[in-house]
Amino acid sequence: MKKINQMKMILDSCSVNEGFSRVVVSAFASQLDMTVDELGDIKTIVSEAVTNCIVHAYKEKIGKIYITCTVFSEGVLRVSVRDRGCGIPDVKKAREPLYTSVGGDRSGLGFSVMESFSDKLTVRSKVGVGTTVTMEKRISGKKYE
Amino acid sequence: MPVTIKRKNEYIFAYLKGEIDHHTAPEIRETIDEALSLSETAELLILDFSEVSFMDSSGVGLVMGRYRYATTLGKKIRVDNLDDRNYKIMQMSGIPRIAEINRKG
Repeated sequence: MKKINQMKMILDSCSVNEGFSRVVVSAFASQLDMTVDELGDIKTIVSEAVTNCIVHAYKEKIGKIYITCTVFSEGVLRVSVRDRGCGIPDVKKAREPLYTSVGGDRSGLGFSVMESFSDKLTVRSKVGVGTTVTMEKRISGKKYE
Repeated sequence: MPVTIKRKNEYIFAYLKGEIDHHTAPEIRETIDEALSLSETAELLILDFSEVSFMDSSGVGLVMGRYRYATTLGKKIRVDNLDDRNYKIMQMSGIPRIAEINRKG
């Protein structure tokens, strides 16, 4: 896949940035002529990944969230969301539907939703170092040649 | 306000509006829970999603939490007017087993 365009942003893990990051990523991704559904998928995935950084990686602290969006020639969008938070001890368990490490109103569906709305989802994590979630989605519209 | 409460007979209607995520959910939760606790005669809470423009899994958490709280008060809940995406997200959870969920239209 040939890289066509890339955008990076760094933002604080404040919950108000959940909406902001959705809007920025979807605005960048809109160069791919997405359908409304595809745009909704991207927004949902970004929202889940950024919320994970805020709720799980940094918990009560404020840390930095690093988002990279890349457009590839075949009409593929890759979004990676990275943090330098606590890390996930057991990624396989964290990805199980309905599993949540915190109580309250968390549904435990974050990873399931991200998997369902993307074509490929990878999670790399190391305890005490941080987590990177990378998702890829093939967009049905415009292709770069 | 991201949520408007209306009471009618044995029903509490909660009309949700705008985007539901981890940032906006607490205010919605507090407003609905207050209405639940103050409406002793109400039997059913109806969460109306017709004006919800975006929701992630925090919307599922919101519904699950309201189900749990309503149950402790002896009340039931129902979810109305979900668009296709939000219906799909709700279906990924256990919610259809505990409450009636309905699509838009």
